[in-house]
Amino acid sequence: MTATEAPQRSADRPAPDTGARRRSEGARAERRLAAMLCAPAVIVMVAVTAYPIGYAVWLSLLRYDLRFPDEKQFVGLGNYAAVLTDQYWWSAFLVTMAITVISVAIELALGLALALIMHRTIFGRGTVRTVVLIPYGIVTVAAAFSWQYAWTPDTGYLANLLPEGTAPLTEQLPALAIVVLAEVWKTTPFMAPLLLAGLALVPDDLLKAAQVDGAGPWQRLTRIILPMMKPAILVALLFRTLDAFRVFDNIYVLTRGNNGTGSVSILGYNNLFGAFNLGIGSAISILIFISVALIAFLFIKLFGAAAPGSDVGAAEGRR
Amino acid sequence: MAVVDTPSRKAGWSLLNIVVIVYALVPVLWITSLSFKTTETVTDGNFVPRVWTLDNYGGIFATSEFTRALINSIGIALIATTLAVVIGTMAAYAIARLSFPGKKVLVGVSLLIAMFPQISLVSPLFEIERAIGLFDTWPGLILPYITFSLPLAIYTLSAFFREIPWELEKAAKMDGATPAQAFRSVIVPLAAPGVVTSAILVFIFCWNDFLFAISLTSTEASRTVPAAIANFTGSSQFEEPTGSIAAAAVVITIPIILFVLFFQRRIVAGLTSGAVKG
Repeated sequence: MTATEAPQRSADRPAPDTGARRRSEGARAERRLAAMLCAPAVIVMVAVTAYPIGYAVWLSLLRYDLRFPDEKQFVGLGNYAAVLTDQYWWSAFLVTMAITVISVAIELALGLALALIMHRTIFGRGTVRTVVLIPYGIVTVAAAFSWQYAWTPDTGYLANLLPEGTAPLTEQLPALAIVVLAEVWKTTPFMAPLLLAGLALVPDDLLKAAQVDGAGPWQRLTRIILPMMKPAILVALLFRTLDAFRVFDNIYVLTRGNNGTGSVSILGYNNLFGAFNLGIGSAISILIFISVALIAFLFIKLFGAAAPGSDVGAAEGRR
Repeated sequence: MAVVDTPSRKAGWSLLNIVVIVYALVPVLWITSLSFKTTETVTDGNFVPRVWTLDNYGGIFATSEFTRALINSIGIALIATTLAVVIGTMAAYAIARLSFPGKKVLVGVSLLIAMFPQISLVSPLFEIERAIGLFDTWPGLILPYITFSLPLAIYTLSAFFREIPWELEKAAKMDGATPAQAFRSVIVPLAAPGVVTSAILVFIFCWNDFLFAISLTSTEASRTVPAAIANFTGSSQFEEPTGSIAAAAVVITIPIILFVLFFQRRIVAGLTSGAVKG
């Protein structure tokens, strides 16, 4: 998605001197103003996310098939049991994890290379920076169709490079590879600026000193540049991982999730709009929500990625 | 590392630059090429069209399926962007300039929403919107778009607002400017770049959305272009809609290319404004 970097330099930094001394009156007026300014944002965000997610939890406890609306019935955790004992969920989960891990790993390597190129290139920097923004901005569906046609036998310039009679989009592994390719192409430009910003923090003097001391380019990269970029890398990884986990547009256009290429988002969508099963679909939605929350939690706990709202550069992103 | 620019270094860098540029542009050029191919040559697999035609563009603009979707896309994205930026500016100003309890919570919550899996909201929103009559209407899409772009707007804007030298406003007032004058001639010009940046990023997000667009619409009344393209069918059942889809994809890519060309620096600044100062 989309991406923005914001400097939570310190979210709880004391306000500029203005109100500090004239405590009560000034501070109260300031709070009132802040409440008024924040109210619309808070109301919209709560109304459109918190309330519906609660409603989704309720729906997920019902047997609710839109084709038989009269048979709506409370079934407790029945839908969850049905989903979790079903091989469709687990294969979709596996596919999603594979796409996430592989595409994020490639994006990190490519994004790092791209950031180094943008940082060090001696000329044409503006052109390069402009051009790489195009994949970032382009509508995912438009790009996905470009990839789809490129790999369609006869029509596509890439498919025609393959041996006669192969249709990569109809076989599981080749199709997944194309999904990963489309994801990587689209989102590496999101990764690169975040990493570039981290790269700018590495002092040139330090690198020069290391060079004088005899450190080669590889050593400089692994011993100095990468460790110093760790916070930026973790934030970029966290956002891209969560973003990749909800992969939908590319798969929908490229394969419709056929031949074992469906992600969990595709599975949820198909249950809602293919099978009109709101109960099962909602249970899948909630399971995806829980998975995303777990991934975020693991990132923050295990790798020490910047927690939401903490001081370190908090990134915000989406394809 | 100031190393002398030898010709070979220059050649190396230009090669790398070219690789990057080709990487970024090839898929875009390919879909553009497809959109100019005739029905007879669309399956020839040539990267450059052998015969050029504008028929595909003529075709899509002749159907309300596409023109309606284009109007929907533009209208919905513009309204959602305007509202998100206005609401986001207010909240970002409070976050950057005022001290109040719950600021951390607000920042945390908007970050959570940024990470939120949209599919989790599709089933409840589908039900709720059908119940209150928002399903398949403009507001039915505008509301989730505002919600999911607010975090983006708030982060970009508060990052920019932190950098504004607010003392200038005081200085202007001391020099005799009225508060309104000080705001108009000092603060607005300083804040404008940040507002424009976040508006662009939000617009790109709304323009891009596919999941909500196919889930919360059912007719031409509110279907946006990405959803409409996915529903395109050929003019006969024996004909693939390749050319029409390619042409429509190119049309919705044009605004993105214009943004990137004219606001490249703004977008990069928006993407990295905070990271540098971390």
